[in-house]
Amino acid sequence: METLLEMRNIVKRFGNLVANDHIDFEVRRGEIHGLLGENGAGKTTLMNILYGIYQPDEGEIIFEGKKVRFRSPKDAISAGIGMVHQHFMLVPRMNVFQNIVLGYRTPHDPLINQKWVEERVEALSEKYGIDVALYEVIMNLSVGEEQRVEILKALFRDIKLLILDEPTAVLTPQEVDSLFYALKSMTKSGLTIIFITHKLKEALKVTDRITVLRRGKKVGTVKTSETNERELTRMMVGRDIVLDISKPPREFGKEVLRVEDLWVKDERGNYAVKGVSFSIREGEILGIAGVSGNGQRELEEAIAGLRKVEKGRIILDGQDITNKGVMERESIAYIPEDRIGVGLAPSLSVLENLMLKDFKKYRKGFFLDFDEMEKKARELIEEFSVKTPSLHATAGTLSGGNIQRLILARELSRNPRLIIASQPTRGLDVAGIDYVRRRLIDAAMKGAAVLLISEDLDEVFQLADRIAVMYEGEIRGIMDRKGANYEKVGYLMAGGLEVTA
Amino acid sequence: MVDPGFLASLLASSIRAGTPLLYATLGEIITERSGVLNLGLEGIMITGAFTGFAVSLATGNPWLGVLCGGIAGMLLALVHAFFSITLKANQSITGLMLVLLGLGITGFLGRNYIGEVAFYLDPVKIPVLSDLPYIGEVLFSHDPMAYFAVILAAFLWFILFKTRYGLEIIAAGEKPEAADSMGVNVDRVRYFSTLFGGFLVGIGGAYLSLAYAKLWTEGMTAGRGWICLALVIFSGWMPQRAILGAYLFGGLDVLSFKLQATGVGVSYHLMKMVPYVVTIVVLLFSVIRKRAAFGAPAALGIPYVRGKKE
Repeated sequence: METLLEMRNIVKRFGNLVANDHIDFEVRRGEIHGLLGENGAGKTTLMNILYGIYQPDEGEIIFEGKKVRFRSPKDAISAGIGMVHQHFMLVPRMNVFQNIVLGYRTPHDPLINQKWVEERVEALSEKYGIDVALYEVIMNLSVGEEQRVEILKALFRDIKLLILDEPTAVLTPQEVDSLFYALKSMTKSGLTIIFITHKLKEALKVTDRITVLRRGKKVGTVKTSETNERELTRMMVGRDIVLDISKPPREFGKEVLRVEDLWVKDERGNYAVKGVSFSIREGEILGIAGVSGNGQRELEEAIAGLRKVEKGRIILDGQDITNKGVMERESIAYIPEDRIGVGLAPSLSVLENLMLKDFKKYRKGFFLDFDEMEKKARELIEEFSVKTPSLHATAGTLSGGNIQRLILARELSRNPRLIIASQPTRGLDVAGIDYVRRRLIDAAMKGAAVLLISEDLDEVFQLADRIAVMYEGEIRGIMDRKGANYEKVGYLMAGGLEVTA
Repeated sequence: MVDPGFLASLLASSIRAGTPLLYATLGEIITERSGVLNLGLEGIMITGAFTGFAVSLATGNPWLGVLCGGIAGMLLALVHAFFSITLKANQSITGLMLVLLGLGITGFLGRNYIGEVAFYLDPVKIPVLSDLPYIGEVLFSHDPMAYFAVILAAFLWFILFKTRYGLEIIAAGEKPEAADSMGVNVDRVRYFSTLFGGFLVGIGGAYLSLAYAKLWTEGMTAGRGWICLALVIFSGWMPQRAILGAYLFGGLDVLSFKLQATGVGVSYHLMKMVPYVVTIVVLLFSVIRKRAAFGAPAALGIPYVRGKKE
């Protein structure tokens, strides 16, 4: 098979983060090529570069034998590339018809030739078995239907290469089957497909070849027929520099947090957490492994009190705190995944952010006792080595590592009973990672219960005493650290049910 | 009991008073549909009114006055477009700045024009039809610009909902990233819509001085720009609905004069408040009304930056 697309030596940086680190990527005409990797591995960035949304810092793209440069999606579309984004690019208040023709010149342009469009859509629907209600408004469609509109929208433009970004993330199993069927029939008529996913099973089921990315780098390309889940897991998860942190053995105390049959909805109103139960004792670290978007965020927010619990109970130190306010949650420390948006008030000063939860302690009559507050803040900055130009610097201007130290300083200094730490080291450098992990172990040694939510398996294995895997809103098995290994956990993370390892 | 003669003259002057509102409202509808919020209508309208008056006085051609009023409006809209689209600045502040700028400049330049008599747009009586009793007076005795406003509303409805351009404008205002990913140049669409909108608002202003009031005074828009912002909401961002809204508000505006003439014992000052009170009521209802069905374009007032993470 001839080569349709070649991306050579692609580099893309966002500030200090290297999202794509010298990636070579090659796709052959007529194949379904899987692009596999964990969240943050750089898959979407690479495809956004191909589609003209980002400009690469280095590297070149060769499409159909010609060197190309796409300055905008418009260039990519006219070259014959279509993309179905993970977050659908549909105008909710327009109908299917309008979304399909948006930006397209039909005969008699600028008038829209309704009949011509209808005939064309009908022909495409029939050819690929994709049904849509042409005059239904997008708002009234299910996610599966929205996806069919997205695919049809791309096909309508006579593309040669279709990029699908995590297309199955929002689909039911039945919808996944019919999607795969449609994809196969598309390749039969000469279309080439890039299929971005983090689910091993799906990659194995539908692709011809698979390229694996990890932390912005390409691990390799394999033929689907010559590989298996175990090899792919290893390529995807990999082993990184294992930081040496000793975790002294200790006795766990009494139960601090207990979650019973918890049900929580996401923004769309669908259940994201489906009947989760677990408990954590004093001094214990429970690690929740899993690919992002499997309900972890909704779970942590429900426990932290940021999201409504639909069903089930949350019990903290024997008290039922389900859907209670912040006062009942004073003994919870929350280190959120979204540090800048949830973890701090970026436009306030370092001082104000440190004192955010303790203003009440520093009242002096009608006023605040700023001298006392500054004194305390200085101690915290010292203790947690937050590097800041001054106490009055705007918190949002600190580097990622220092922002995390600032949040740790505020949260851990309040002697919490429970610590919720979500992706606590994502995006930090090695020193920062090491620091944050040591702090969490310290806190556990002092008797706090720690709920660690992380996609980084190394981190989970290093810190956790017990490991739970979350997949599609459910806990797929909680195991003791001693009885767990990477293959087992990785397999569960990818949706595996029975453990064979 | 209402005297039909009184009613006919009230309706006829409602249309005259409503026409400048209709132009400005149509302009802002197009601008807002593309996702740009231009709060500067009051400033743009007064600039259009003054420019139209001055050009008509200098050249003797009121039509040239109308055109130049539109162009002046477009130039002010260009300032707004540059700040809000190119520089991605806060759109409310730029819009408010235009209000102060327009009122200030025209107040300063317009001092010597107060009391002058320019050349105006005259009514054209449509033969036969205008002789119909009452109906002739209400519908067929206006100047050409008044008729054209209605045709324009229909035309803009057609453009918005039946052409590719319209789809691109609406998509840019609803979900710019979707438009961009389908190869639509969002910034260009927004520039065009903002400039075109400013042109119409300027024409609305010129109509005010050259056809409705037939004079120039400082601050003669008297809050009409703000009323038009409410009218945009009232019409649910639909050009065809703007016709009714503009005439309704025009009617409220002239009602005070008319009632005074008939000797109804309501304070003139209270009557003068009516359009503004109704504006507040309209705004209240627009908040209560369900957003999805009639609501504002989803991306209204939000600058678009490609590839920005949420």
